[in-house]
Amino acid sequence: MASGLHESSFANPVVRWIDQRMPIFTMIQKEYGTFPTPRNFNYFWNFGALAMINLVIMIATGVFLAMNYAAHTSLAFESVERIMRDVNYGWLIRYVHMNGASMFFIVVYIHIWRGLYYGSYKAPRELLWMLGVVIFILMMATAFMGYVLPWGQMSFWGATVITNLFSAIPLVGDSIVTLLWGGFSVDNPTLNRFFSLHYLLPFVIVGVVFLHVAALHITGSNNPLGIDPKGPQDTVPFHPYYTAKDSVGMIVYFIVFAFLVFFVPNYLGHPDNYIPANPLSTPAHIVPEWYFLPFYAILRAVPNKLGGVLMMFGAIAILFVLPWLDRSPVRSMRFRPIAKWLMLLWSANFLVLMWAGGRPAEGTYVLIARLCTAYYFAYFLVILPLLSKVERPLPLPESISRAVLRGGGPLRGAAAAKPMEKA
Amino acid sequence: MADTLAPSSSPSTGGAHGPEQGTKRDFLKLVTGSFAVIGVGAIAWPFIASMNPAKDVLALASTDVDLSHIAEGQAVTVMWRGKPVFVRHRTPQEIEQARSVEVSSLRDPEADAARVQKAPWLIVVGVCTHLGCVPLGQKPTDPRGDYGGWFCPCHGSEYDTSGRIRRGPAPLNLVVPEYAFTSDTQIRIG
Repeated sequence: MASGLHESSFANPVVRWIDQRMPIFTMIQKEYGTFPTPRNFNYFWNFGALAMINLVIMIATGVFLAMNYAAHTSLAFESVERIMRDVNYGWLIRYVHMNGASMFFIVVYIHIWRGLYYGSYKAPRELLWMLGVVIFILMMATAFMGYVLPWGQMSFWGATVITNLFSAIPLVGDSIVTLLWGGFSVDNPTLNRFFSLHYLLPFVIVGVVFLHVAALHITGSNNPLGIDPKGPQDTVPFHPYYTAKDSVGMIVYFIVFAFLVFFVPNYLGHPDNYIPANPLSTPAHIVPEWYFLPFYAILRAVPNKLGGVLMMFGAIAILFVLPWLDRSPVRSMRFRPIAKWLMLLWSANFLVLMWAGGRPAEGTYVLIARLCTAYYFAYFLVILPLLSKVERPLPLPESISRAVLRGGGPLRGAAAAKPMEKA
Repeated sequence: MADTLAPSSSPSTGGAHGPEQGTKRDFLKLVTGSFAVIGVGAIAWPFIASMNPAKDVLALASTDVDLSHIAEGQAVTVMWRGKPVFVRHRTPQEIEQARSVEVSSLRDPEADAARVQKAPWLIVVGVCTHLGCVPLGQKPTDPRGDYGGWFCPCHGSEYDTSGRIRRGPAPLNLVVPEYAFTSDTQIRIG
């Protein structure tokens, strides 16, 4: 081997030549081929890969939509209608992009739920979790700005309401809003910058996803038992086991996606967004897209402008410190008899918030939203810290293979005899 | 569950299989691979098709020209599919000039009669066949080159009164677009 060349294990001469100089094939083989992965994943572990696929779909459809979109207030709405009517398969590309946003949030919400239920945010995966929260925030910003681009009524008024959130900031609020708008109302400069950022942010997301996956491949994946693999008997190589399992999930995902796109493409949208933006008239019932509803409900639950905005952003920001709020060393809720039920209650609570966010902000709906907001925060700030001290977890299995293979499974070599390094 | 399928926890599974199982794996790989290739192809199709001209572009793909007010010796330029089309009302001398040339001596041999539907009316796409510039010669004050047709200022190609290349780097004659006389004084290009 010449000095400076990577020692490659590939036989194909072309692959080998490249690999010796830039070992990407070795890297792929290591990270996606032989990568040792806990053998007991359930289907919740599909959703990271699905999110990755979804991101690629959004970028691909978005690039092609941008080829026909005009980011100007006088052209935007009609350019989108032209995509729907005149551009070859424009309707398909736009509906995939539109419903792709919803699919992305469905997938990512399940992915986050998986992390919450199985304790994937706990040591040593705190940074991995925090990068995930960054991705979630970037996604929400991207989705919001994308929704503004068709320049329909909901686009315009959504943009107006969301940018006005920043006016709640004391002293500098109004200046910040003027800065965001590039004028004195949501108008052409706003649309232009939103388009620019909507095109930029997905690539920033790609960058953070890379870091998210890089961090994952240092700590390794969590698993439904929440205990660490203790040797090769607890893991299987990523390929073919999880490439195959992810493919099964992917097919189901595509079926749901195709159903939305081909049968109910506008089910998750608002009809009002097919009315061109009119700065003189607000639609009677203005609600954000479904994926923002829980946070929208929290915003409206607080009878104070600044308080509502802080609570809404706080509901997401609190996820950053979750690894330090939940001090229980047991990751998986399977072994936490109390936390499990309170976590499931929190999940139901989240769905109720989503429902309440889509209702008018009056009467019982506000009361429900307030109770749910209280529980949302109480779970993180009171229940988890308290349970970390008082809850008595169930005994953890000795190892993954012991738990999932009846009769103990094949033990291989000394690795199996290695004592548990931590509870 | 994936774990029940694992015959061993060795990181490499290939060596553990007999030849018979290897064949099954090969079959599955082939089927999965073909499925993926066809799927990606089916998805790529609409994306590529979306880059072709849209319906509104195609709807504007023909242009009507009124010839009644183009005097003999005069030429007008009309837009057709984003390109200039030269419509020239030729004088008898110009027609004579175009028809007296020995066709076989031309770089792109084509008889004048084959390039016009009615002798006075020459209709050609005003795009030089070299690298796409618009040749001069529509205005009486423009240079028309030594052959009385058009002169391309970019690289000096010269065209005759039939729009045929006579000198310079261009390889072909100016293109005659598809057109039809809708009446004696009206044409539709495209």
